Amino acid sequence: MLYKNKQILGVGVFLFVIFVLIPWLIHVSGRWDFYYTLTSVALLSIASGGVWLTFYIGRINIGQGAFALAGGYVSAILVVKYGVSFWLTIPLAGLFCAFAAVLIGFPILRLKGVYFAMITLVLTEVARLTALALPITNGARGISSIPLPGELSIFGLTIIPDFSTIENVKLAFYYLAAVLMVVSFAALYRIVNSRIGHLCRSLQQNEELASSIGVNTAYLRVIAYAISSFMGGISGAIFVAISRSIYPASFPVKDSIDFMLNCFLGGLGYVFGPMLGTLVIYFGWDVLFTTGKYQLLIYSSVLILLMLFLPNGILSLRLPGKKGASK
Amino acid sequence: MEQVLANGAYLGAQYALIALGLTLIFALMNVLNFAHGQMYVIGGFVTYTVYAQLGLPFVVGLAASAVTLAIVGALIEKFLFRPVIKKSVREESTMLLAAGIAFFLDAIILLVFGEKQRGVPKIINGIFNYNDYTMVMPYDKILVGFLAIASIVIFILYMQYSKTGRAMRALAQDKVAAQLMGVDVDKYSMIGFALGAMLAGVVGGLLVTVTGINLGMGGPTSIKAFMMVMIGGAGVISGAIAGGFILGMMEAVGLSVLAAYGDITYLAIFVSLMVFLAIRPQGLMGKPWG
Repeated sequence: MLYKNKQILGVGVFLFVIFVLIPWLIHVSGRWDFYYTLTSVALLSIASGGVWLTFYIGRINIGQGAFALAGGYVSAILVVKYGVSFWLTIPLAGLFCAFAAVLIGFPILRLKGVYFAMITLVLTEVARLTALALPITNGARGISSIPLPGELSIFGLTIIPDFSTIENVKLAFYYLAAVLMVVSFAALYRIVNSRIGHLCRSLQQNEELASSIGVNTAYLRVIAYAISSFMGGISGAIFVAISRSIYPASFPVKDSIDFMLNCFLGGLGYVFGPMLGTLVIYFGWDVLFTTGKYQLLIYSSVLILLMLFLPNGILSLRLPGKKGASK
Repeated sequence: MEQVLANGAYLGAQYALIALGLTLIFALMNVLNFAHGQMYVIGGFVTYTVYAQLGLPFVVGLAASAVTLAIVGALIEKFLFRPVIKKSVREESTMLLAAGIAFFLDAIILLVFGEKQRGVPKIINGIFNYNDYTMVMPYDKILVGFLAIASIVIFILYMQYSKTGRAMRALAQDKVAAQLMGVDVDKYSMIGFALGAMLAGVVGGLLVTVTGINLGMGGPTSIKAFMMVMIGGAGVISGAIAGGFILGMMEAVGLSVLAAYGDITYLAIFVSLMVFLAIRPQGLMGKPWG
């Protein structure tokens, strides 16, 4: 009971920090640019959360950029060409990605380890090339000047006002991203601690053994991959609404690798690891921006040193139940 | 038709040489070398510096590329991969290290060579004209193609008949057994990595004469190499060669046949790769894994 109280307290503090304390601090300090950074962190951590779920079933996923790009394009095309409400396009983008993930997942989820990693990396590049080639995505010029999200109302009751009438759009986007992040991670937490989550953990440890005691591994893998891609899709869709443009190069291979790094740095054993990892990596990258052209050099050196001295990750040193399973 | 086949063969020879290096490293150390494309770019820049900047003969530039990359590869293996492989419990660690090295090499290339597209003067002028313009091929492309094929042949002979090659093949087959037979794992892993990196450097040096080189070419090259390795089967030398030639041919055919529908060659190749992997996950010649 005490443990549960502690957990509720932790969640309460976390919600207070992101919804009250951070906006207040930004308001006091006047650093409005932080909203953009934090919004990005929230959205990227949703996508990373998806990658984390594929890690959870024992697959290294470097293809999340493809789904973020696909989600972004679905939202942008629906909003610009068909005039669909932005709010409706978020779930549609997610569902589109989930559906694509099921189609792609059936063949490629049979691959393991490095092989799966390779094919997902290829997938990222293919998504970019597809966006370049298809007529509907407008090729290399991309889709720009996407309107701000409109009003969301049910039965004439306004739930979310039109973004163009809001005075502080940055704050609105921050709240949107933060709410979605909280919902996504709550859902992820729920999944991981449900029956499906336990079955997924059995996949991570020993797939053959799991399937021999009657776990439908193929089905579970595809489900997990679809959920993962769904999260990539919605994060991509909102990103597009913020930057108000999308290009084939919006989510390059580096993003896909970053999503994987976020999970890894935050710790693979913890649901909330991707959030922490994204925050650290994004802010680290931002801080290094002041070093100019040495940014990438320092960033990659830190990464290499981290691997050299902590090859099993920072928090994942305590990865549960993995000791006996690997080799 | 002849033109398409010739282009495919030319591309295939280059690709096979890239895939060979990647698959060799994978076979020996079970490491997916993300930095392979960056090594290729460095090779191109070294040849550019020696041949175009310093004005030395092209062969010297090519040799300089090979030697530079062999040294870089050996150092990376000895000081980065070896300690990490020894300490880590999961294969993700080496992948992340490889990704870090890819970023690091990108940063080095940016600082040393800049981000401009670089080209070198043609090594030979003139165009080979076969059967009244049904097939046209510049002489330098032909030369580069032949050099690539020659390198592949030398590599295979080396792996097949030299003592080092035999040791590396033994390592790829079964690490523990090879060690018990007295193969020095550390030494041959380092040689293997250096050799793989060297092959990437040689391709870079060869291709800089035709397509030029720039900073952004690293990533896409790695990805193409991954595709070839997936087609042929990871860690198998004959598979890498087959994968390289198949991808080269598909690209050449795709570019000519699908040109009317826009630039969808790679989309088509990827879809066929998916279908292929659904039927045969281990690639053409790969060993099935559990």
